[in-house]
Amino acid sequence: MEFGALKSLAELDLTVNKEEIVSVIGPNGAGKTTLFNIVTGIYTPTSGEITLDGQSIAGKDPAVVNQLGIARTFQNVRLFLNMSVIENVMAATYARTRSNIFASAFGTPASKREEQEVRQRAEELLNFFGSRLTGYRWDQPAYSLSYANRRRLEIARALATEPKVLLLDEPAAGMNPKETQEISEVIGRMRAEKKLTILVIEHDMHVVEGVSDRVVALDHGVKIAEGDFDSVATHPDVIEAYLGKGSADRK
Amino acid sequence: MSQQNENQSQADTQTKKLGIGTDEWVAQHDKRLARRVGALGVLDFLNEKVSNRTRYVALLLAAIAFGFFVDNQYLLRIASNLGVFLMMTIGINIVLGFAGLLDLGFVAFYGFGAYAYALTSSSQLNQHWPTYLSVPAIVITTAFLGYLVSLPSRRLFGDYLAIVTLFFGQIFIQLVLSSDSITFPGHTDSTDITGGSNGIPGLDPFKFFGQPFKSTTDYYWLLLIVLTLLLIAVTRIDRTRVGRAWRTVREDPLASQSMGIKVNNLKTLAFIVGAAIAGFAGAIFAGIQSAVFINGFDVPLLTLVYAAVILGGSGSIPGSIIGAFVMSVLPEILRVQNYSEMLFITVLVLTIGVIGKTWKRFALNIVSVVVIGYIVKLALNASQLATTPSKIWAIAPVSKALRYWLVLPSNRIVWGNIAFVALVALVAYYSIAREKIKPLLLPLIAYISIFLWEDRLVADANTTRQLIIGAMLVVLMIVRPQGFLGKARVEVL
Repeated sequence: MEFGALKSLAELDLTVNKEEIVSVIGPNGAGKTTLFNIVTGIYTPTSGEITLDGQSIAGKDPAVVNQLGIARTFQNVRLFLNMSVIENVMAATYARTRSNIFASAFGTPASKREEQEVRQRAEELLNFFGSRLTGYRWDQPAYSLSYANRRRLEIARALATEPKVLLLDEPAAGMNPKETQEISEVIGRMRAEKKLTILVIEHDMHVVEGVSDRVVALDHGVKIAEGDFDSVATHPDVIEAYLGKGSADRK
Repeated sequence: MSQQNENQSQADTQTKKLGIGTDEWVAQHDKRLARRVGALGVLDFLNEKVSNRTRYVALLLAAIAFGFFVDNQYLLRIASNLGVFLMMTIGINIVLGFAGLLDLGFVAFYGFGAYAYALTSSSQLNQHWPTYLSVPAIVITTAFLGYLVSLPSRRLFGDYLAIVTLFFGQIFIQLVLSSDSITFPGHTDSTDITGGSNGIPGLDPFKFFGQPFKSTTDYYWLLLIVLTLLLIAVTRIDRTRVGRAWRTVREDPLASQSMGIKVNNLKTLAFIVGAAIAGFAGAIFAGIQSAVFINGFDVPLLTLVYAAVILGGSGSIPGSIIGAFVMSVLPEILRVQNYSEMLFITVLVLTIGVIGKTWKRFALNIVSVVVIGYIVKLALNASQLATTPSKIWAIAPVSKALRYWLVLPSNRIVWGNIAFVALVALVAYYSIAREKIKPLLLPLIAYISIFLWEDRLVADANTTRQLIIGAMLVVLMIVRPQGFLGKARVEVL
């Protein structure tokens, strides 16, 4: 993937299997979020191909990609801040529901039923996070949530689009150890209960160690290591990328 | 001992009811803090107690009563114009308030609807369509026009969209102006389609089941029915799937797109719905006026509609009703001196109340103003400056009430100018003055305003109207930028 003369990602060969959790690690600027943006269709790759279940999705509109089964969260939390918590989640069910404005305006039984189902589904998804996003919280505006809760809400919103693959961009950023532990558990539960394939960008190695089946390390747009956590964590190129030249030898 | 236990358990139950310290109680903390003291606090309290539905029903009943008991055609005309204006405000609320699209060419759809009715119900093109045919056709055609306008706007947001749509609005005006002499290929003489700057007079009235509308009252009832249905429909849409999707487009289009929402399609839908409503309103307006003139569909009207929707709170449907009322009925009320005076005094007193914040301060301010008045009166009597007899300027209820307190010098114009300059200087100084000095300035500013009002502005009704509305808008936007019923938004840039 090239932005003008800047080669953001080069020769990246990445396969993710069903119900696998793969972590993508690497220093900032390695191209991790670019990878997510290409996969979800925000950028069109300048070369190479991307397939989902055998179907090519390179360069497709993000809305189309989402409906084909890929959902994501954002590194800098892009919630619908002025809408309430439950509306954020309910809004994401748009593409999976059907009542058009005439049905809603006339209040047809079908549209009323669909509205109730949407509401119920949103409540279930929010209850997934326990007492954090429950009850009175539902009707509060999203901007009133704490940072950790905003991240959780974003995950709930992504889940509302009924994806097969979930891309989490630094889900544990800015969280204290207890919240980090919770997020790791949530990721595990999502794979187990909802049968999701999950791709995680993370800097926190506790999370990476705790959830990953496989780890991929990127640096300057190139894959430098791949494997299970222990092999990647001790890989000399990875240590060098994080800690600088000479660290590998010292270690 | 048992008494103590009882008190203790009572206190416990109370604590449990309030749930002090629990998450819910903490969450409502901000709400409690925000409940302001004084006049605004009372308004807030009343606001929460009455449900929206009660308000709507009360409004509907009042409107029905108005239609039955009022015969005065002038009043009915004002009410019908309000109805049409409200339709437009709702339409713009959908485009701007729900979907967040800055459409500055909106009035062109309104004008298109009006002209389309003129062309299908007059001798201009000799078309006299029955109303049940012309109005639906107009709505559909205007909706299609909205679709066309939305196409180049698909990739635009914010300021760029504003410019493009403003441009479309101006194209419409120019098209209409120059369509009074179009030479079709193959013909030698030109046809007059739109009457150019002269407009198209003599339109057929609406006709349903063979009965033509005889007076404005018929249009009033039609508007009442249409608006009731429209308000119900739009409120329902707002609360459900499409309304939510529109709001996500307004909030964050990229995140919205990433959640599977086709942003471009929703923008187009907003344009289409807004245009359809505007076209419908235009057709009804043309019927009421029995004529169309292009200069009623230009930027001045656009400004009024936008002011209405922002005043009421963009995104709030009840707010549109308030906004439309203020921008449409208020200028009419202000034509009458009695009413404009009362409004002026009310606004002044309210402003003092709002700035004063507590009842005590408010009373203090009012007393100070009265005291200043008497001091001035004494000073003028002592200095033997010639004064204008109150017979000349005390003609309306408020000025009559003031005539024992307020003294106007005979050289009204000179003193009026001095007072005007002093007022502007004082207000400017007030805005940068230290907090301690502000309370001293306020009564002085209030007195000079009253003086100026009675001295100069009352005589000139037109200017006063504009001034009052402008001043109200400015004050409101400073005090409450989200409009009357809008929600304070958090913007992430």
